[in-house]
Amino acid sequence: MSSATSSPPSIRERLNDSWLWYSFKRDPVAQLSLLVFIFMVAAAFLAPWISPADPYDLAQIDIMASELPPFWVDGSEPDYLLGTDSQGRDMLSTILYGTRVSLIIGFGAVALQAALGVCFGLLAGYKGGKIDAFLMRLADIQLSFSTLMVAIIVGALFKAVFGGVTYNTYAVPLLVLIIGLAEWPQYARTVRASVLAERGKEYVDAARVMGLSSVRIMFRHILPNTLSPIFVISTVQVANAIISEAALSFLGLGMPETQPSLGSLIKSGFDYLQSGSWWITLVPGLVLVILVLVINLLGDWLRDVLNPRLYKG
Amino acid sequence: MSVMSATASVGTQSAENKAAENKAAENKIPATAPLLSIRGLEKHFSLSGDVLEQLKFKGGRVVREQKFVHAINGVDLDIQRGEALCVVGESGCGKSTVARVVMGLLNPTAGEIHYDGERIDQLGAKALLPWRQRMQMIFQNPYASLNPRMTIQQTLEEPIRLHHPTWDYRQVKDKVSEVMTSVGIAPDWGARFGHEFSGGQRQRIAIARALAVDPEFIVADEPISALDVSIQAQVLNLLMDAQQAHNLTYLFITHDLAVVEHFGTRVAVMYLGRVCEVAPTATLFAEPLHPYTRALMSAIPRLEDERPQHLRLEGEVPTPIHLPSGCVFHGRCPHAERRCREEIPRLIATDNGAMVACHGIEEGRIPL
Repeated sequence: MSSATSSPPSIRERLNDSWLWYSFKRDPVAQLSLLVFIFMVAAAFLAPWISPADPYDLAQIDIMASELPPFWVDGSEPDYLLGTDSQGRDMLSTILYGTRVSLIIGFGAVALQAALGVCFGLLAGYKGGKIDAFLMRLADIQLSFSTLMVAIIVGALFKAVFGGVTYNTYAVPLLVLIIGLAEWPQYARTVRASVLAERGKEYVDAARVMGLSSVRIMFRHILPNTLSPIFVISTVQVANAIISEAALSFLGLGMPETQPSLGSLIKSGFDYLQSGSWWITLVPGLVLVILVLVINLLGDWLRDVLNPRLYKG
Repeated sequence: MSVMSATASVGTQSAENKAAENKAAENKIPATAPLLSIRGLEKHFSLSGDVLEQLKFKGGRVVREQKFVHAINGVDLDIQRGEALCVVGESGCGKSTVARVVMGLLNPTAGEIHYDGERIDQLGAKALLPWRQRMQMIFQNPYASLNPRMTIQQTLEEPIRLHHPTWDYRQVKDKVSEVMTSVGIAPDWGARFGHEFSGGQRQRIAIARALAVDPEFIVADEPISALDVSIQAQVLNLLMDAQQAHNLTYLFITHDLAVVEHFGTRVAVMYLGRVCEVAPTATLFAEPLHPYTRALMSAIPRLEDERPQHLRLEGEVPTPIHLPSGCVFHGRCPHAERRCREEIPRLIATDNGAMVACHGIEEGRIPL
């Protein structure tokens, strides 16, 4: 390190030298997945500007143009590239908006899961003893309820108490809350396991000897060293949350028909599947599969890269 | 070691007169009070898990059973200002545990720790903060003691910002470059991470971190045993230079007797969680008194020896879960008698300035 010592590398140089970037450059699957993912996210969030129609605007819906097939099937109209659904909404626009809803719920729920899970996991792992036992038993209890069961009960109760109109208004935050609360133990357990490994290291003792507060040691010293597993489960959890939301919407307990997500689109087309209008279900279904697939592929790649056994020797 | 505190600790040990002795020792504070004094320190680690795991079914009823590792069992030590007290002993004798209890990383099971006349072992985190600045610690493994996600600059700034919250950016930065220079690391390497340095450089950085808050007392837990032999001397010299420059007091934990001879003012020899002998370094190396110390000293390989006369001890170190009664060394001691098996020896002062915990020495049975 004799010649390089005089000028420490900048962040950009560090990134260029990093193992993450190195393995990304050599993994075509990861590159393609990231490309597709970025494309889908961009398309979804630019929906208000790039979509041909606004599916939320009832005035733009033409019931006479309902159940038109996509462009490669006979009887299609050039205005509706991917056809229309049973109410005459343009499928392309609805899918773009629906993907946006699915992504918002997926990322929102994972952000909530991560916030809860990281705090509880850090606390349980660092403090140990009774706090640890209490939080982990709480996690066990939480995990013994399936996400869907919790969501169905809470969603049904909310609908029954406040009525459908209120439910439709608060559907997105409610779904974020339900999926977020149901899955925090995944994070808490992973974080706790990493914290237990890090807590025994001498840099934590050094921080304690300095007199730093527990909160600072947990968040400033231990948390940055447990980020790799957090990143890896985050990708898996985003995919899971999107699927959970789709499943709930399919059951009629998720997003309402008026502001559909990918799941409620699949559901609304399901009734017409037998009558020949397969595209109303199949196209959003395909979008959902691709979205979840690329996220999972990225997660797989990230897990391999961040696994210290594979490169630290 | 003053005569008063030495005589106070002669005699048999029972719970009441031990407490009375502690009181007596506190009342008669000698003219030069020690910087750190440890009294009757004990640390036991439970092996039995939580309450449910402790319940056992025995003889027809449920009893609660707990097992402990007796890591330290009644350690008394005084550390004088400006000295380097080396604690030696084989692995598992509790020397690192003493260091960790002194620094508040572990809570003692029993006993007291006084720093500069004030009791610090039961203080909470907040109350301990002013003391934290005065006492710092250097760890064994320089590969683990630096946070891998922090740059050296951040690592060194952290303790300074914590203990000098009023300092501005400039002052903190100056202090960091000052300590970095003092340990021989160029200040412009601060933007680098720990893993970009060699083991010796990392240990220098760890020393810089300890020095950053201008402490007066440093606990060093085997600070050079993880380093290459060629680097050990450098780091040791750095520690000695720092002692000169900042008038530091060291509690130096090591198992390397050569280092002790080079570095220590006084030496405390530990065996199975007890101190068996405390003596000035030269005295200890010239005339070791305690049978264990003699065996330890004879084990040092010497160049002039063609046929070394090692004192071979019988048997193994007993397990710290079931401590032997009386003197912990009696099972392996060639001079052990009935009293050694029944009564715990206390540290008593001898003529040559050492303190030794041995009935045989006290009674004059063992030739000096």
